[in-house]
Amino acid sequence: MTNSEYDLVVVGAGPGGYVAAIRASQLGLNVAIVERESVGGVCLNWGCIPTKALLRSAEVGHLLNNLKAYGFSADNISFDIETIVQRSRNVAKQLSSGVSHLLKKNKVTLIMGSASLKKKSGDEFNIEVLQEGKKYLNLKSKNVIMATGARAKFLPNIVPDGKSIWTYKEAMVPNTLPKSILVIGSGAIGIEFASFYNDLGVDITVVEVLDRILPAEDIDISNFAVKSFEKQGIKIKTSSMVKSLKRSNGKISVQIETAAGSEEVSVEKVILAVGIIGNTENLGLENTSAQVSNGQLVVDKWGATNEPGLYAIGDLVGAPWLAHKASHEGVICVERIAGVENVHPLDPSNIPGCTYSRPQVASVGLTQKLAEDAGYKVRVGHFPFIGNGKAIALGEMDGFVKTVFDATTGELLGAHMIGAEVTEMIQGYTVARTLETTEKELLNTVFPHPTLSEMMHESVLDAFDRAIHI
Amino acid sequence: MSIQILMPALSPTMTEGNLVAWLKKEGDSVVSGEVLAEIETDKATMEVEAVDEGVLGKILVPSGTEGVSVNAPIAILLEDGEDISSIKVDIQSPISNNSKSPQMTPEKIEAAVTEDVSTISNVTPSNGNATNPRNLSVPFSTNKNDDRIKASPLARRMAMHAGLDLAKIAGSGPNGRIIKADIDQFLSDGQDSEAVVSKSGKERADTQSKINYEAVPNSGMRKVIASRLTESKQSAPHFYMTVDCNIDALKLVRKELNEKVEGTKISINDLIISAAAIALKRVPEANASWTEEATLLYKSIDISVAVAIDGGLITPIIKDAGAKGLQQISSEMKDLANRAREGKLLPEEYQGGTFSISNLGMYGVKEFSAVINPPQGAILAVGAGEERPIIKDGAVTAATLMSCTLSVDHRVVDGAVGARFLSTFKGLIEDPLTMLL
Repeated sequence: MTNSEYDLVVVGAGPGGYVAAIRASQLGLNVAIVERESVGGVCLNWGCIPTKALLRSAEVGHLLNNLKAYGFSADNISFDIETIVQRSRNVAKQLSSGVSHLLKKNKVTLIMGSASLKKKSGDEFNIEVLQEGKKYLNLKSKNVIMATGARAKFLPNIVPDGKSIWTYKEAMVPNTLPKSILVIGSGAIGIEFASFYNDLGVDITVVEVLDRILPAEDIDISNFAVKSFEKQGIKIKTSSMVKSLKRSNGKISVQIETAAGSEEVSVEKVILAVGIIGNTENLGLENTSAQVSNGQLVVDKWGATNEPGLYAIGDLVGAPWLAHKASHEGVICVERIAGVENVHPLDPSNIPGCTYSRPQVASVGLTQKLAEDAGYKVRVGHFPFIGNGKAIALGEMDGFVKTVFDATTGELLGAHMIGAEVTEMIQGYTVARTLETTEKELLNTVFPHPTLSEMMHESVLDAFDRAIHI
Repeated sequence: MSIQILMPALSPTMTEGNLVAWLKKEGDSVVSGEVLAEIETDKATMEVEAVDEGVLGKILVPSGTEGVSVNAPIAILLEDGEDISSIKVDIQSPISNNSKSPQMTPEKIEAAVTEDVSTISNVTPSNGNATNPRNLSVPFSTNKNDDRIKASPLARRMAMHAGLDLAKIAGSGPNGRIIKADIDQFLSDGQDSEAVVSKSGKERADTQSKINYEAVPNSGMRKVIASRLTESKQSAPHFYMTVDCNIDALKLVRKELNEKVEGTKISINDLIISAAAIALKRVPEANASWTEEATLLYKSIDISVAVAIDGGLITPIIKDAGAKGLQQISSEMKDLANRAREGKLLPEEYQGGTFSISNLGMYGVKEFSAVINPPQGAILAVGAGEERPIIKDGAVTAATLMSCTLSVDHRVVDGAVGARFLSTFKGLIEDPLTMLL
């Protein structure tokens, strides 16, 4: 057994952990990172990235099915699900090795294994690393950042078996294409899978316990999304719960309780996407004064736990479960440890959220309702894709851009978009929010013509009764 | 060759002035000595005369421009046969408000800071040795020379709404930028801070806006009066002492003098100036000014006399009044007052002085307390001479009394010194013959 001393040990090499480690190294800390499975974490291997590869295939399929509108024709269009999945895996693999390289380049020591905290010596943590269940290394460090992420949450009566009841992980690597799928949960994960499989011709039903899909988004977005998905053939049941599942003859009979009463649906597969739960187990937290509550490690705004020197970031500490949120928490946490001046805690309302379904959804800041509930007097702007030249040229006329301003200060409280490529546009509003611009600066910003981004400008104009193209 | 007409300096200390009006138009021909424009400084309006002859080709600073820097080009004079179109006007803004020395532009400072940062971030951290990361933080906020306040647009607007002075709020954003969180923090820390001063001002203005009024722009003179007297009242600890002077004898002497000397009209005020000068000669400690380094005891007695003029007041100076006879004081005062009312005093005629007299007796004011004219140490406020009952030899009788109140800067003149001056002055006024001693 080797002992090694570090200024910082990061546990988990997902987008929170590896970014924290690299930032720590940039700040002159001697840092090690421990990863039990694959560098890049869920995001890179089983989340954000491979699903984007799958959705790209679905988008190509969608275009092929609509070739005529663009002047093309093709016969016998077909696809091979195995190749689609293989492409997705290759993309993940390529990026994972890229992150390993980045860690090496930044002189971060990468240790493969499972880490757990043992009793402290003075103010120094003892971290035991196991490889294949055997003790492999002991690390010593005054600072530890837990970035172990999260996994799919189960429902009491619905436990995934990996065969007919899937989590995101199985849904990402199907061997064959099922004929029908029931998706439980209509957050970003559920909706992306629904959109992907629907574009490949699978019969999709979405069940959501709340009264609308994408419940974290502005209600206008939810309402628009429902119409759009239903037009594409997705069946959506809101205010509904899955009561029971019965397997029979390779089919699953699902009892759903809706507002209108009970109904039965027969599907081939079920995808459970009702949220995630933090990986708090086997970390040796019992040897510390850190607290776990509702499957999350409890931290302050800087990521500090109750145990001095022990920090946690990312999905492990709660929503929003987003890679970019984890990365920024990692940077902020490390800068605090290193004593960098003027570090600010992450403002949740500056974290954009994206759903890569067709249509795409992207937002940042407060919804109109949250803003009004918080007591803001708001000014709201809307601009539809149909009023935008580039959108019409692309043949993507469904969607809109909504902006919510504080009528008093001109602060951009929130922006909500649905439609083609909005996930690539939301950063504009995020920059605006981070720089604390008011409507004045946005009104004076020159947006290039013709682009979809002009809608972002028009929406701001509309909020101040100055829209030109509507 | 065209000639640039520059903003003149009307006094050695003048750095900027207001261009009140052009008396010539573009295209007018002018001869040497002709008045081109009127310039207003702290207290006087002066005429700018043409030195050369030619045609006024181009007015660069329009009438009514405030804050024109001394030596800034204000117009171009064309010589015979020259055409304005042939002249390339390449002149920096003559308005001094935004002037900064070129070395200190914010852009350059930022560039310098950026260089520092890149230097620091290029330092490769040595592994295995826990370098103190605190050393890596960059002291961004040390650019005290950079007077541009860095604040986000949202922070600016929030501060404006809350009536906060951004200069008094610490910024925690990048490079010390003031952000929303800083405003929120500041507001939650309590409103009692001095940064909120402008709020009351704003509220006052809001209240004022409901009352019908006419906003008269503050002239240079008003601004000077405001700033100098505010400075005086706030920094000089004033105290006051009043004496009643019986001026029956003084009136008699004045009458005799005016009868005996043809064409002379010596006023009571001239006699007061003379008496004050003599009293200062006898109590020189009262002829003094406070500075942080030392108390200045003046060797010359220069008496500033307040003269009301349109839009304010001015204090022309009877220089070395202690050495001047009544007649000279009288004629000088007449001339100074006349030219003061015309706004034609030269700066050296009203700047300076070691002691002031303000006489409101002609308005029937019984007595009042004046604000010291800084950096002087005292001012004598003279009330009206009026018949009042006095008790003389146990009997009530009438006499002409004049109340005089001395305002004193306690930093330089103590009560006893002030009292000695005042009693000396009273003695001279009540027994004018002793002024001859």
